[in-house]
Amino acid sequence: MSFVEYGDTIKDGDTAIVFLGHESMFPVKVQHGSVTQTKYGVIRHSTDLIGKKYGSKVTCSKGGWVFILHPTPELWTMNLPHRTQILYSTDISIITMMLELKPGSIVCESGTGSGSLSHALIRTVAPTGHLYTVEFHQQRAEKAREEFREHGVEHLVTVTNQDVCKNGFGVSNIADAVFLDIPSPWEAIGHAKSALKAEGGRICSFSPCIEQVQRTCLAMEESGFTEINTLEILLRVYNVRTVSLQIPDLGKAAEDNSSTGFDSSSPSHQGSSCANLQQGTVQFKSGVPLREVVGHTGYLTFATKS
Amino acid sequence: AMEGGPSARIREGDCAVLKRDEVFKAVSVLRRRKIIFEKQWFYLDNAIGHIYGTTFEVTSGGNLQPKQEVEETTTETKEAGTDNRNIVDDGKSQKLTHDDIKALKDKGIKGQEIVQQLIENSTTFRDKTEFAQDKYIKKKKKKYEAVITIVKPSTRILSTMYYAREPGKINHLRYDTLAQMLTLGNIHAGNKMIVMETCAGLVLGAVMERMGGYGSIIQMYPGGGPVRAATSCFGFPKPFFDNLHEFPLSEVQSLLSGTFSTETLPADPEENALVEEESNGLSEEKQSSLQEAEEEPATEASMEISPTEEQDTMDINAEDVEFKENKEKENKENVREKQIKQWERRKKLKETAALLREKNADGLIVASKFHPTPLLLSLLEFVAPSRPFVVYCQYKEPLLECYTKLRERGGVINLKLTETWLRNYQVLPDRSHPKLTMSGGGGYLLSGITVVLEKGKSDSSNSEALKMEEPSSKRCKLQDLPC
Repeated sequence: MSFVEYGDTIKDGDTAIVFLGHESMFPVKVQHGSVTQTKYGVIRHSTDLIGKKYGSKVTCSKGGWVFILHPTPELWTMNLPHRTQILYSTDISIITMMLELKPGSIVCESGTGSGSLSHALIRTVAPTGHLYTVEFHQQRAEKAREEFREHGVEHLVTVTNQDVCKNGFGVSNIADAVFLDIPSPWEAIGHAKSALKAEGGRICSFSPCIEQVQRTCLAMEESGFTEINTLEILLRVYNVRTVSLQIPDLGKAAEDNSSTGFDSSSPSHQGSSCANLQQGTVQFKSGVPLREVVGHTGYLTFATKS
Repeated sequence: AMEGGPSARIREGDCAVLKRDEVFKAVSVLRRRKIIFEKQWFYLDNAIGHIYGTTFEVTSGGNLQPKQEVEETTTETKEAGTDNRNIVDDGKSQKLTHDDIKALKDKGIKGQEIVQQLIENSTTFRDKTEFAQDKYIKKKKKKYEAVITIVKPSTRILSTMYYAREPGKINHLRYDTLAQMLTLGNIHAGNKMIVMETCAGLVLGAVMERMGGYGSIIQMYPGGGPVRAATSCFGFPKPFFDNLHEFPLSEVQSLLSGTFSTETLPADPEENALVEEESNGLSEEKQSSLQEAEEEPATEASMEISPTEEQDTMDINAEDVEFKENKEKENKENVREKQIKQWERRKKLKETAALLREKNADGLIVASKFHPTPLLLSLLEFVAPSRPFVVYCQYKEPLLECYTKLRERGGVINLKLTETWLRNYQVLPDRSHPKLTMSGGGGYLLSGITVVLEKGKSDSSNSEALKMEEPSSKRCKLQDLPC
């Protein structure tokens, strides 16, 4: 397995995702002799994992079962250990497309943070591209290097421990795209410009606050970037539920037995809802929004180097 | 093949995209071909050889000229008002008439100069606030300083263009929704993808771009053949198409039940049409361009992509016997050629069927006008376990049904029904706010991951389904059955 190439069977040294049920999963480092505790019991790596097909159901010692999944950057984003606030796949998707990333692209990123976006970028530019990622926190930079190694992608990424605002990305005139997720992106615009290729490079800056966005847009304009565009994207999730609504009792009209239009026993009642004849309820399928959703992550500003 | 390296140059035959502010249009770069774009007529000849991203002006002769970088006149403290309480909009504040402006244009005066004239001849300009003056100048510049940028096509550019110009052709798939599909589907180099779309080939092109020519794609298609009009806009190098296969939806059931065979295929409708066309004396190229014309009627607003130059139809002189004899010989050769082509087509079909039968695809992308449920239930059979799939639908309700049927089927986890909300912003000093118009909806996505399907164990799939749902305590109490 690798985060940039699918494999069929689970091998020693793989990072696999254990899926327990709705919204419940965690990553596991597969190792001969290792044992993983779950609420359904124990998983023994040597007998239960190694050699099995990805996507298999594994029964744990207490009798419950789980699925073992092949890692992807999206699953990693949902399960990685947070060292910083991370970017989620909704923002990552639009960033990837708007920066026009594809196999062979050279990308620069700062800050590396917890490596959520980094894994997604590496996956997209593989096998012939490269990610240059800059992180000013020494331990985070080292942890990122370690993870990239464990995930079999170290040949596609270079982690540099420095301050991008002072020292840039460490490369010049070769990047197809630059991504900034730092407190003062306007201080790095000049360095971003010099890292980018001569013509047509794309830049993206992610900032939670509109004041940061204003300063960054100004800096981009002053540096000669064109096509400056700011947007935000939010995910709306729907839970698929069968809903039952009671039919109210409106009593009977006059003396006759005929009733008001919405009689559940009326044969002419048709439509997408199916009436429950016994209990005076109507059932229908609905995509129900969640009670609380993410209302804001950050503003994304894109531009082109001309 | 324009990857990394030195900046790409515009070449004859390319599919390029014209850009003016937020408006895009895809065109074929051909010499002496008149182009209409944003109320302007011009030829692309002078653009050939320039780098993509270059901005041009249209000269009076209809030719393109690279725009010179002009130094913005330093803004000395301009006279401006504080608010609009005394500004009356009587339509009389501009002293230049339509004819005056036309005269300036005819004289060949540059757009910049016209804007300057308009400002000087406006009685209310100096009373406007600085912001209003800014807005006024921007508006006039937009109208009179027509500059066009020629950009290289990409998923970003083409998906934005199609959504703005011809959303009906792509089932109203908004570009951010497409972006989600590519990421949720883990589309990357080396995958073996199954794609089923009726979005003019835009989704296929986007998938191909993210695969970079590595791996393989099997495009499932309804009717006579796959539509790849948008795909050709991307300008992929030929090798990208070596591992692009296609398979008719109409043979999916036979493939799944094991009864598929190229010998028992119904007569290829394309072959019959070709044989008929032969007797009319039309060449094959004209026939295929006719097919494309049927599927994508060329209207003023649609893409100006003509795959070939007009073929000279042959004038048949009935009195020329020698000519007739040569024609007959040619017909015989053509018929044999058609037979060879048919054999090749069937061979390819057999190979593609074999690829599908392996049932080890790395992912499935569906974005079509058809009801998604039958497509998913059948095409998922060809996907390996522990692989993502994403289905797009313009409407939510069919995906509700799809979700339910997938739960019944089993073999899928992490099912999510989602939609993305997108908002663009104007960012200017002291004038930052969301833009005034917004897309009302960009479609819906149902995504999930396959797992090993245990057939014939309805109990296990029921308990699986229960496990996949949210615990019932989270459900709103109001909607529970009363007794």
